[in-house]
Amino acid sequence: MEAIKLQVNGRKRTVHCATNATLVDVIREQLHLTGTHVGCDTSQCGACTVHLDGDAVKACTILAAQCDGSTLTTIEGLAQNEVHHPMQQAFNECHGLQCGFCTPGMIMSAVDLVHKEEELSPEAIRSALEGNICRCTGYQNIVAAVVQGAAGMKEQQS
Amino acid sequence: MYSFKMERAESLTSALERFGDSDDAVYLAGGHTLIPAMKQRLRAPEDVIDLSGIPGLRDILVTQDGIEIGAMATHAAVAGSAHVKTHIPVLADLAGGIGDRQVRNRGTIGGSIANNDPAADYPAAVLGLDARIVTDRRTIASGDFFKAMFETALEPDEIIRAIQFPKIERAAYLKFPNPASRYAMVGVLIACISDEVRIAITGAAPSVFRAADFEVALSESFSESSISELTLPSDTMNDDIHASADYRAHLCKVLIGRGVQMLSDH
Repeated sequence: MEAIKLQVNGRKRTVHCATNATLVDVIREQLHLTGTHVGCDTSQCGACTVHLDGDAVKACTILAAQCDGSTLTTIEGLAQNEVHHPMQQAFNECHGLQCGFCTPGMIMSAVDLVHKEEELSPEAIRSALEGNICRCTGYQNIVAAVVQGAAGMKEQQS
Repeated sequence: MYSFKMERAESLTSALERFGDSDDAVYLAGGHTLIPAMKQRLRAPEDVIDLSGIPGLRDILVTQDGIEIGAMATHAAVAGSAHVKTHIPVLADLAGGIGDRQVRNRGTIGGSIANNDPAADYPAAVLGLDARIVTDRRTIASGDFFKAMFETALEPDEIIRAIQFPKIERAAYLKFPNPASRYAMVGVLIACISDEVRIAITGAAPSVFRAADFEVALSESFSESSISELTLPSDTMNDDIHASADYRAHLCKVLIGRGVQMLSDH
């Protein structure tokens, strides 16, 4: 067993988990934050994307035991005061989803992308979302949502 | 994933000691090969020794004759490093094309080359740019490091500390990615190091290799016409559902040609 201290969506949490638990196991089963999904469990689909110490990562491919002392943001941590984050709002307005399973991962990747990259052409967005797979083939609206969400994030900052 | 004991090393010395104390230990760097392999029960070590807490292993430093990259530097850190972009732009490009953004935020250069996956990108950079691998006990030349598929010159307990690259501005990496996995079906790194041309090819064969005939011809005359008569032997190439050996041999030459064109236009 491991005792792991985490800052989760702004709150301090301590979780006890098996040494071979992955981060996504802990997020879903101990922290009960089930917005983070497991699509493939083989590091490909990106549905489990969360921000660990400010970087988008695949939570299925990290051991919880590696994260002691880390800061974690999941999809549940984006909205503030019950108001959607601009990227969530954009996915809603642009209909950047069909079944919605990949959406939490898509949004976490998109937010990380906007935080780190200055230039975001539709081509750059397509290539940057390579680690997130949508099997409803809804990429057209996902790219439109990221463009709009990026603009919303800039507006919120200014 | 089978159960195991997790050890967090605070220094190289303590990591080596813990490895020595165990009957079946493995080092954990970024974990983006090891953890999937453990989940599939292809690996089931008794002890996992996490190297992420060892200070100084992530640094990217400018040295007198090049750039020294700590073994635990992530692909994203190498791709985004101002030092790497300025002095070895091809290495920043190559690192920025590994896996996807999330993978690049965790995967490390040391982990990648210690694993020596036949389709990994970094081995082409290490061999093509003639880097040196600095471990806890010695320095290994790039030509002596990669032995065979998933095999290197590292001793079982040996830890890579850093990789030393020379500054090289005139170089290109051309990758033909598998359309599904995005791993290199063939990846060609061409570097012009003073009068010498070096070519390292990944993805095509069981382990990264140099294209000696092409290097000699291009060192004499750096033009596509100087290699027009040359071919690569297909009997040493990988042959699988993704591409036949003949196709890979042909692709190597096509990519070398494109690289020569790119570097000539420079």
